[in-house]
Amino acid sequence: MSTAIVTLGSSIAAPASPGRRLYPPRVWAVILAAYGIVAVAIPVLHLAVPASSPLHLSDYTVTLVGKILCYATVALAMDLVWGYTGILSLGHGLFFALGGYAMGMYLMRAIGRDGVYGDPVRPDFMVFLDWKELPWYWLGSERFLQQALLVVLVPGLLAFVFGWFAFRSRIRGVYFSIITQALTYAAMLLFFRNQTGFGGNNGFTDFKRILGYPLASPRTRVVLLMLSATLLLSVLVLCRALVLSKLGRVLTAIRDAEDRVRFCGYDPVSFKLFVWTLSACICGIAGALYVPQVGIINPGEMSPANSVEIAIAVALGGRGTLLGPILGAALLHGSKSVLTVAVPELWLFVLGLSFIVVTRWLPRGVLGLFWREGRS
Amino acid sequence: MLLTATAARAGEAAPPEPRPPTTLDAAALDRLVKPESREETIASLVEATDVHALPILRALLEGNLYLGPTAVLVDREGALQDALTGAPASVDREQLEQVTINNRLRRTLERAVAALSLLEDSPSGRLAAVRVLQDNPGPEVLPAVQKALAQERDREVKEALRATAAMLALASPDPGQRLAAIEELRKAHAKRRLLQQREVEKDPTVLAALDDAVREVDLALERAAMVGLFFSGLSLGSILLLAALGLAITFGLMGVINMAHGELLMVGAYATWLVQGAFRGSRHFDWYLLAALPAAFLAAAAVGALLEITVVRKLYGRPLETLLATWGASLLIVQTVRVAFGAQNVEVSNPSWMSGGVTLLPDLVLPWNRIVILLFSAGVLVGVWLLLTRTRLGLLVRAVTQDRQRAAGLGVRTPRVDLLAFAVGSGIAGLGGCALSQIGNVGPELGQGFIVDSFMVVVLGGVGQLAGTTIAAGSLGVVNKLLEPWAGAVMAKIVVLVFVILFIQRRPQGLFALRGRALEEG
Repeated sequence: MSTAIVTLGSSIAAPASPGRRLYPPRVWAVILAAYGIVAVAIPVLHLAVPASSPLHLSDYTVTLVGKILCYATVALAMDLVWGYTGILSLGHGLFFALGGYAMGMYLMRAIGRDGVYGDPVRPDFMVFLDWKELPWYWLGSERFLQQALLVVLVPGLLAFVFGWFAFRSRIRGVYFSIITQALTYAAMLLFFRNQTGFGGNNGFTDFKRILGYPLASPRTRVVLLMLSATLLLSVLVLCRALVLSKLGRVLTAIRDAEDRVRFCGYDPVSFKLFVWTLSACICGIAGALYVPQVGIINPGEMSPANSVEIAIAVALGGRGTLLGPILGAALLHGSKSVLTVAVPELWLFVLGLSFIVVTRWLPRGVLGLFWREGRS
Repeated sequence: MLLTATAARAGEAAPPEPRPPTTLDAAALDRLVKPESREETIASLVEATDVHALPILRALLEGNLYLGPTAVLVDREGALQDALTGAPASVDREQLEQVTINNRLRRTLERAVAALSLLEDSPSGRLAAVRVLQDNPGPEVLPAVQKALAQERDREVKEALRATAAMLALASPDPGQRLAAIEELRKAHAKRRLLQQREVEKDPTVLAALDDAVREVDLALERAAMVGLFFSGLSLGSILLLAALGLAITFGLMGVINMAHGELLMVGAYATWLVQGAFRGSRHFDWYLLAALPAAFLAAAAVGALLEITVVRKLYGRPLETLLATWGASLLIVQTVRVAFGAQNVEVSNPSWMSGGVTLLPDLVLPWNRIVILLFSAGVLVGVWLLLTRTRLGLLVRAVTQDRQRAAGLGVRTPRVDLLAFAVGSGIAGLGGCALSQIGNVGPELGQGFIVDSFMVVVLGGVGQLAGTTIAAGSLGVVNKLLEPWAGAVMAKIVVLVFVILFIQRRPQGLFALRGRALEEG
């Protein structure tokens, strides 16, 4: 049975053959063009074109593109652990949400006196709960730099500790997947409690400004969008460098035959732990950019369903391709925002069917349809 | 009590009368309709426990007693009767004067009616009457309560009567009687009454006895709470077991996790609801569950078989993809049910024999539906065990679980075994859904959240191990409920999840490891 898995797995998502570039120059041209559209064309169309013109892009579109960019970054991080290392995480939404919460704490403090209760220090929900002072873990949360650091540190530390326990005891496959789901489920329950100190089921919302710039202004929105696009591009370049490196080849080997890698003298634990923690940190940053753009973060982001959607975005685009997950996230969240408005009953049917269709008939994702990467 | 005391004093002050009546004769009736002697008359009738007075007193309470030109009349469902003889009377309603009562009298009267009903009503009526007396006590009802206690057969009513008698006796001026009453109240765990008496009690011996009694009652209440928690833990465990049994079989057999397993519970619950709808209005309604069980099993098994053929089988050897595909299937099932039956919860009612409960201790009632489900899941467990150990299918399932390739090499048609086992596992989930419908809400989201819990059970118990699954389900349920009082429901769940996550670090194979080659691929 194990040999069957190995051959299947390797034939489904064959890694780049050593020494080959991951994408031909043509593809890089497309990537840069896409980046140009998102980071230059959209801001111009949003800011410079008058609202009456048909070419003007609405706030909604800009926010939607920004959201999709963040989801795409998460999908990319997911591809690193699932597509290349073979670890299916059903809890990546947790790291995303933790990054979002860390940023949300800063944004809540930045509201200052403009909250409903006008308290200069405590966020509204704490006044509402009649908490007299900030809990210890809120100390210093008015400092942007500290929270920006936490955006990376908190998901990274959690992933490191969790991964260290899990990988060391050789928890793999579906076991690992379900445990990660349990983890995000437990965290969701925890954050739903008012006593946890993160706003209960309402989470954080009603943000006013970031670093002094009003969040409602189109300029801030556009800057956040450009940051998201830049983040995505940098993560893509980083991931590409990673998977083409020697390290990346060990990761692929772990995916295809972990035991043989161990027999060759490598320690899979440290490799897995590294890529797993890195992936969580990327998710945290994506979450931190997501929150100021959509203007809300609540425990719903930690629901198991959200994390599974990240995985299906990766599968939909094509695992182990880096570009596929970006495409998948765009397809999934684009159609989600269209369908949930137009025909809400239909969306879950479409989503459910896409899980089945992708896993049964599109093992290499949409990208695999017109791009055979593993040809010799 | 104060009220009746003043009333009695008012009676003493009244002009001398013949001794208070003990039976409802013409003289007594005459006194009853006169406002100034009414209260005293009622009290004396109750003290004498004259059950014949009950219809008249009830009529007075309900405002159906009238003063006619010649006699006192009762309005019985529109027909006027002579209050004493019961003979029909034809009197012009214009000439009638209603006998009215004020609020103070109403309480005395309610007490009187309740006290006399103790001697004749049905057991449920008697129990209701006892409750009235406990809320509204008065010394004059003690003889009636004692008389009722002597002739009572129903255990529950008897317990309540004993407590009521003690409550009344606690007001007695005799310290000896009060001590006896305290003893009774301690047995009945009537803490509130004991505390009330502690406020007014003067006698030091009685006061010490009161303190002791309160302490003991506290202890007993604590113990009852523990037993109750343990029981609800077992009950939760039995539900977890029903949810996890099927998953344990299919996970052990095929190494895949069916993320739509929770939705199969939901399918079973909806099948139960449909069967209940078909039985509604029938005189066999109480037995609809007997028909619902096979229906739930078959419905869930059919959905499971369909899932196996269309999804699970096609993804054989790719467990992670199976995880995602079955998650998609669960979304489809939930949404289909939502479109077909609506997003609202549907109403599934208990058959009458499952409502109510067993009173183990005065403060501990074990609901019948939970007891039935506990027994039912034990029955299902035995059934699954027999299936796995005594049938040919079970033999094949065990063989394939232990070594798929060798079993196939020996001629076992593994795809068929997979399909059958998957259908049976799904059917068991359907039975679980049928059970769940008896204790909780039935809605499209019923199954969500079960997958994590039931997987925890499977992991904790060890794959493919019935004993492990059972012990894991029971202990997870009990631990969860025992943690709840001091940690809260949510924290208890989190603690249990974290515990299981840590546990798998130590023992990835679960409590009971199965020795088979399939596991090494985990």
